[in-house]
Amino acid sequence: MSFFYRLLHLGVILVALVAASVASFAQNADEAFRRLAADSYSDTTRAVEILVASAHPNAGLMVEALGDGRLLAGPGGVVVKTAAGGLVDARTGQTLAAAPEGLKAVRLNNSVRRAVQAALGGLSLLNPDPGKRAAAAEAVFKSRDAGLLPIVETAIGKESDPRALAALRQAQAAILVAKPDAQPLDRLAAIDVLRERGDQEALATLRALSGEATPALRDAQAKAISAIEGRLRLWDIAQNLWYGLSLGSVLLLAAIGLAITFGVMGVINMAHGEMVMLGAYTTFVVQEAIRANAPWLFDWSLAIALPAAFIVSGAVGIAIERGVIRFLYGRPLETLLATWGISLILQQTVRTAFGPTNREVGAPAFMSGAFDLGGLAITYNRLWIIVFTALVFLALLAILKLTPMGLQMRAVTQNRRMASAMGIRTGRIDALTFGLGSGVAGLAGVALSQIDNVSPNLGQSYIIDSFMVVVFGGVGNLWGTLVGAMTLGVANKLLEPYAGAVLGKIALLVCIILFIQKRPRGLFALKGRAVEA
Amino acid sequence: MNSNRREFLGTALAGAAFLGSSWRPAAAQQETIKIGILHSLSGTMAISETTLKDVMLMLVEEQNKKGGVLGRKLEAVVVDPASNWPLFAEKARELITKDKVAACFGCWTSVSRKSVLPVFKELDNILFYPVQYEGEESERNVFYTGAAPNQQAIPAVDYLAKEEKVERWVLAGTDYVYPRTTNKILEAYLKSKGVKPDDIMINYTPFGHSDWQTIVSDIKKFGSAGKKTAVVSTINGDANVPFYKELGNQGIKATDIPVVAFSVGEEELAGIDTKPLVGHLAAWNYFESIDTPENKAFIKQWQAFTKNPKRVTNDPMEAHYIGFNMWVKAVEKAKSTDPDKVIDALPGIEAPNLTGGTSKMLPNHHITKPVFIGEIKDDGQFDVVWKTDGLVAGDAWSKELEGSRDLIGDWVDKKCGNFNVKTNKCGGGA
Amino acid sequence: MIARFFLQNMDRRGGIFLAIVLALALLVPLSNLLMPAGSAFHVPTSTMSLWGKYLCYALLAISLDLVWGYCGILSLGHGAFFALGGYAMGMYLMRQIGSRGVYGNPVLPDFMVFLNWQELPWYWYGFSSFPFAMLMVLAVPGLLAFIFGWFAFRSRVTGVYLSIITQALTYALLLAFFRNDMGFGGNNGLTDFKDILGFEVQAQGTRAALFSMTCVMLAAGFLIARGIVVSKLGKVVIAIRDAESRIRFLGYRVDRFKLFVFTVSACMAGIAGALYVPQVGIINPSEFAPANSIETVIWVAVGGRGTLVGAALGAVVVNWAKTVFTSGFMAPYWLFALGGLFVVVTLFLPKGILGTAEALWARRRRPASAPAAEPAPAE
Repeated sequence: MSFFYRLLHLGVILVALVAASVASFAQNADEAFRRLAADSYSDTTRAVEILVASAHPNAGLMVEALGDGRLLAGPGGVVVKTAAGGLVDARTGQTLAAAPEGLKAVRLNNSVRRAVQAALGGLSLLNPDPGKRAAAAEAVFKSRDAGLLPIVETAIGKESDPRALAALRQAQAAILVAKPDAQPLDRLAAIDVLRERGDQEALATLRALSGEATPALRDAQAKAISAIEGRLRLWDIAQNLWYGLSLGSVLLLAAIGLAITFGVMGVINMAHGEMVMLGAYTTFVVQEAIRANAPWLFDWSLAIALPAAFIVSGAVGIAIERGVIRFLYGRPLETLLATWGISLILQQTVRTAFGPTNREVGAPAFMSGAFDLGGLAITYNRLWIIVFTALVFLALLAILKLTPMGLQMRAVTQNRRMASAMGIRTGRIDALTFGLGSGVAGLAGVALSQIDNVSPNLGQSYIIDSFMVVVFGGVGNLWGTLVGAMTLGVANKLLEPYAGAVLGKIALLVCIILFIQKRPRGLFALKGRAVEA
Repeated sequence: MNSNRREFLGTALAGAAFLGSSWRPAAAQQETIKIGILHSLSGTMAISETTLKDVMLMLVEEQNKKGGVLGRKLEAVVVDPASNWPLFAEKARELITKDKVAACFGCWTSVSRKSVLPVFKELDNILFYPVQYEGEESERNVFYTGAAPNQQAIPAVDYLAKEEKVERWVLAGTDYVYPRTTNKILEAYLKSKGVKPDDIMINYTPFGHSDWQTIVSDIKKFGSAGKKTAVVSTINGDANVPFYKELGNQGIKATDIPVVAFSVGEEELAGIDTKPLVGHLAAWNYFESIDTPENKAFIKQWQAFTKNPKRVTNDPMEAHYIGFNMWVKAVEKAKSTDPDKVIDALPGIEAPNLTGGTSKMLPNHHITKPVFIGEIKDDGQFDVVWKTDGLVAGDAWSKELEGSRDLIGDWVDKKCGNFNVKTNKCGGGA
Repeated sequence: MIARFFLQNMDRRGGIFLAIVLALALLVPLSNLLMPAGSAFHVPTSTMSLWGKYLCYALLAISLDLVWGYCGILSLGHGAFFALGGYAMGMYLMRQIGSRGVYGNPVLPDFMVFLNWQELPWYWYGFSSFPFAMLMVLAVPGLLAFIFGWFAFRSRVTGVYLSIITQALTYALLLAFFRNDMGFGGNNGLTDFKDILGFEVQAQGTRAALFSMTCVMLAAGFLIARGIVVSKLGKVVIAIRDAESRIRFLGYRVDRFKLFVFTVSACMAGIAGALYVPQVGIINPSEFAPANSIETVIWVAVGGRGTLVGAALGAVVVNWAKTVFTSGFMAPYWLFALGGLFVVVTLFLPKGILGTAEALWARRRRPASAPAAEPAPAE
């Protein structure tokens, strides 16, 4: 529907544009049509510019269709395929029954796309939807196209929505700063507007200040740049902390299942990473099933995958415990070998079943994209992962503290023999603990499928880090794991800008080695006789 | 400790195993011609290499349908070097000495090639290496059917500078020899084109790097200096998925900062949702979307062979296709499968590639290839936006690097892989 | 007296092992060099270098068994010492290439020319001399183990914690050696060797000599390890394994014993690495991968922990199985076989191949001997 409005408002813009345009519209539009049919990117880009300037009544329609790949062109003319599937002759606006022979979709590359975006920005500055107007202003801000200045100014005059108005003013400022022949006073004011905006893009725009600038202008520019840079430096630290938090939550998610099995049973589960991988593959299978049978459910696919992954990984975990680990109690180091063998088998099983290549796990709409919070760029997927990690952590804490099973698990952790003497069936607790730990790993897999490869090697890349987290935090203590993961995540991200990704990681490993010398049982060590067992 | 015969058992076992291994039957049948396939089927590289094993099996099967070579059937011998570099050398030795293969097709990483190199030299056999690599090598026993840097990296940078008006460059790569060299070459090349050192940012990450938040935001920052910026990515396979996911999430669009990748093909994209990535670029010598009859037939054949109508094809697969056909022609020309004769017959052999041209084996054991730049489409395929006019000859030694400027590889006249044209001597040296 | 140290209480198991290893040292090279290629007694060069590799692994396994089987230190980072020894040897071999590299630079190895290094980094000095390189083969892993152990054992890091930080150690080294800026050739490592002590590395004679040398070092390593474990010091070490706190309360400085054994073991692993490199022809950071170290532990477990001979046997058996299974129709499935082997061995053969074989023998013999005679527990 919105495009009828757009057409309506196009008229207003075109009035403004026509005044600027020198050549007659028919001749110009003809050239645009010819260029569109030429199948060359530079011709297409030029055609978009001509179209916008030509004030052709279908210009908006065509540019929008071009951006979506729905514009067909050839020697037989130019045709717009509407979003609904109908065909419209671009020149006359008449509906066509069939497309003329030899038409091909006009191809896009990045420069064409940029031209389309800039043109659409100009074309939808007067859109009735204030959100769209703001977005259009943002597109103009980025393109800094001086030709759009009259429309931007017209739009500012009519704007009532404060958010859109601010965006329009910034767009105007960006154009003015980049426009060498603008009034110095206007440009000075524009610099202030940009300084107010104060983000990376504003910085980029300020740096692009062109033409002969008066000393006052240069001075204002330099001051604005240093002010923005100073502010960004502070935000940078916050940003790095945020990255660290997000890395920490990924580590926590991967390690927390391990912390449980390791803490309660003293079992080094080398197949833990494979449990994560199974969770990720479960997500893949669930999504495939949804895509095939119920595409409308796609946004819920992760929610559906969560219990499925928990059950799959948990069941495999219980099977491993009952089938192998049960026989190895009292020989913790040998479980390491057996579980290593199991991890090889699981990896190869997945490789045989799903193939060795990465599998695509899609992101539901609510997990895509990013938003700005002050100077912080926060991506939704990271945000949700942090929220999810917190929920998993709290749930585990509740299980351990509030349920009878949790009580028994803690008892076994502290003193297995005494717990057994008190009538706790330690074997059952072991199986359930292992199932729980593996199930949580499966949940981690669902989350990791959003940020990493879903491949048979997925688990391998997290297992070492997970061990570091558990050992650093102290075995058998969820809070220790939390603090361990967050410390490692934040330290890693604070080191990275200075030392680089590799050296930062090496430094961190060395720190852990040294730290363990200081506290041989981790940050939050269990006290009492249990530790010597 | 009381000792007795039982201890003998264990030690004798080792002895028996030892002898057993040397008694394995030598190549029993002489009727078939054996071809070694040396690609990892497990471990970290299985993700890329397994496909190449399948492609070789398909090519061998096809050739056998046509009657084999020299009237004899071909037989593919598959081994699994398990992404373990010393195991590559061991398996290469096994293929050549035990299975008596006539040629090997294999390796992906540079280190695996370096690892098997001494074996191929010592036992005088042939290796076809199908992956784009850093160059700076020309060996008598190796035929490089992938791209040398001048067949991939430099045309891509030219395209960005010309078509996208890029002035500021991020060279991001995994820290190993291929990105190091490629970036070195590119840096020298860009500087020779007048790009200031301030406008080049180089960044290396470890293998399998999965947390790209900081680096992507650094790229964003670097790109906000008011000049058009592009990323040239030599990031290795596995790390690409999280990298692109982070790019998409942080909202870096191809129209703002395009990323051109040298290691991302159809296979890698199959694991990502490509909608946020539309417009990012890749440079290869082959794309699945290229519309030629040969390519269509190849894709059809491949999907039938793998019984999967969604299986994609990629550049290294085409390299094996070309290499295999060249080998077949060379064997027919030499009328022998003797590696020595085939090595001599190979330079000058021409074989059709899948993009409508004819590639030729050069005296430096590299081949001529066309270069394509493709933009990622939302269906995981590439749209070719630019290509070279003709075919580009692969340079074994980069013209941009100081140490190798005067070197050429020529196994036809000079019989030398590192011939110095200044001093007219074989063996490098300034 | 030295002979007594090494040979005291030599049991038949050890004797047979030594005899076989030394026989291999002599017979295999002879048969390779003297017998005609078609003869049934001819050992092909490829088989010989393959077995040379296995025997290097066997020496590594013995060094690990010394610390794990006898001292209870489960090192998940022994591959690091192996690789460091290998790098020391690799650096010597690189320097021997001289101006025969592809760029013909007389001083810098190819990969340095390639990445525009202007001069040799200081830590490469001296490696053109064989004795210096051999010293480093021992000194670098030994020193690292000493420093690491000094800290770890004094602060009483034990059990799983120790295992994990040894893993962190080798992982950190892996990342470091991957870095091209370190000057060790990055991911590609060191390769394309030409000469060792003036002999061509690839030549049949050199290979035969290297094989002999490996056997001799394996025998020597075995003797040293055995010498340690049967000595008085060894008794304390074994006691530490079984009850560390008690030994400490008895007044022994537990950390010193552990440190000694750990350092000796690291040097031994370094030698294994040094012998491995010229036979395999390449050394690169993947040798530092934690997975490799874990695999070493598995060899020891498969063969029989705390038996020395078993460790060597395990290394050979597992690697031989790997060679067999990674070819032919088994190739896509060999990980199942390998993984299954580990599970089966830990479940059903907790004492490893050697221990189980001995237990079987003992059970068979028991009716014949006095009914009270219990089989001796694994040492």
